[in-house]
Amino acid sequence: MGLSPGITLLYLLAAVLFIVGLHQLSSPRHARSGNLVAAGGAVIAFVTTLFVLHHAILNLILMALAIVIGIPIGAIAARAVKMTAMPQMVATFNGVGGGAAALVAMVEFLRLPGGAAPLVVSISVVFAVVIGATSFAGSGIAYAKLQELMRGTPITYPLQQPVNAVVAAAIVVLGVLVVVSGVGVVALWFVLLLALVLGVAFVLPIGGADMPVVISLLNAFTGLAVAGDGFVLGNPVLIVGGTLVGASGTFLTMMMSEAMGRSITNLLFGAFGKLQVGPETAAAGHGSVRSGSAEDVGTLLAYSQHVIIVPGYGLAVAQAQHAARDLADALEKRGVTVEYAIHPVAGRMPGHMNVLLAEANVPYEQLKDMDEINDSFRSADVALVVGANDVVNPAARSSPGSPIYGMPILNADQARNIVFMKRSMRPGFAGIDNELMYDPKTIMLFGDAKDSLTKLVAAVKAA
Amino acid sequence: MSTQLVNEITIFVLAVFLGFEVISKVPTILHTPLMSGSNAIHGVILVGAMVIMARATGPLQLGVGFLAVVLATVNMVGGYVVTDRMLEMFKSRNRKQPGPQ
Repeated sequence: MGLSPGITLLYLLAAVLFIVGLHQLSSPRHARSGNLVAAGGAVIAFVTTLFVLHHAILNLILMALAIVIGIPIGAIAARAVKMTAMPQMVATFNGVGGGAAALVAMVEFLRLPGGAAPLVVSISVVFAVVIGATSFAGSGIAYAKLQELMRGTPITYPLQQPVNAVVAAAIVVLGVLVVVSGVGVVALWFVLLLALVLGVAFVLPIGGADMPVVISLLNAFTGLAVAGDGFVLGNPVLIVGGTLVGASGTFLTMMMSEAMGRSITNLLFGAFGKLQVGPETAAAGHGSVRSGSAEDVGTLLAYSQHVIIVPGYGLAVAQAQHAARDLADALEKRGVTVEYAIHPVAGRMPGHMNVLLAEANVPYEQLKDMDEINDSFRSADVALVVGANDVVNPAARSSPGSPIYGMPILNADQARNIVFMKRSMRPGFAGIDNELMYDPKTIMLFGDAKDSLTKLVAAVKAA
Repeated sequence: MSTQLVNEITIFVLAVFLGFEVISKVPTILHTPLMSGSNAIHGVILVGAMVIMARATGPLQLGVGFLAVVLATVNMVGGYVVTDRMLEMFKSRNRKQPGPQ
């Protein structure tokens, strides 16, 4: 089906807006307007499509109904989601996009009379179904891990790799069958089903802390599936939009894993072939833990010269950024130097901590990147770890078997004293034990981060 | 090979290079919003879902098409809204940055 020149040019305009928007999204100054530019492209693509639709009244009524159902679901979910739950929200939107891409290819294949599909169309159909369904199911597992509906630790089981290989091989065989034979509809349904299984199996063995990178990769997958649909339907805006996301998403995935100091293969397949040591067994060999009261810690802080605060997800959950600011103010009034050490992946999305602390008006120059501050820990009197865990876990340096081995960490263990503020001894998001808690230099301060910080402010003022 | 297919392949190859080039050197802090923004861009699958829905025949195609349109709409609308919310926070940071201290 050929598109008229006017329609093609309008689609070109939409594609240009996607490109400009994506470009602006990668610079801090223009990111927000970039998103709006891309949204403008989406509106143009939508309106343009209204002019090429087949005139079948019932279909159009149902379609309008579907859109009317979809808009509030998307808008309300995006508005209501808490800041801490952003990554799983993105995973969800990405998953439904992948599901839509798979279903579009499915319907188009059902519509074509058996055997009449050109080779390019049937190959693209299989491609879009496989990639879209994998992204859908994989995003679902990523969501469940981040939402803590399931264990965040890598899930491994015997024969994992052989089983996955069999599933992948079955997809290839059935896919070829769909392409070369005219009777492929049943086979294509099986391809869809197996791709869902593959998506689940692909994400299960990856740890919760690595989910942002996985979501980014699945985002690129969905882009490619959309591009595949572009070939199926002969639609240029789908090809450009999908391919842009596929390519830039792949690049972004590599940048994200680089920020975590891991290779992408290590991150995706690192858990394969070794059964994880549970946190219980790993903890068995450790000594005792020293816990202190807010008064003890407050006195320690008040008589320090240099305190480095290491914020983490616990600070975000407890909404303790203002309390942290209050504590820093109280300390500075006594002449203590206070800095914040921001790990690139502290919290559950890159940039999480910067955003939270900026909200509490923490001066920008007190926020230090990992590279900037790591040498300062040695001269710090206290490293105050507020709800962070994996980003200060020395296992990342010392134990090659650990899932976070190789990730650059903050050198909190080099400070003269370490104060660990935590709700419990529960392991961090990666599900592994942290030997820093058993360090003789470490004092544990148990409790909700906000409560503890408020008590510390009082204790510092009283000291 | 038809002219249309050749054109499509041309567009595809150029878009691959463009995708890699267009987002060079992104600061860590923008990784998540950029992922979210590009997630919204592939919400353009709504265009495809509308096309197949409009010409679907029979309850199976209509039903699956209906689901595809709902999912694609959620992807597109939710994607842009959630990205805007993330970037809203950056704005407040930039405003406060040059403040006192």
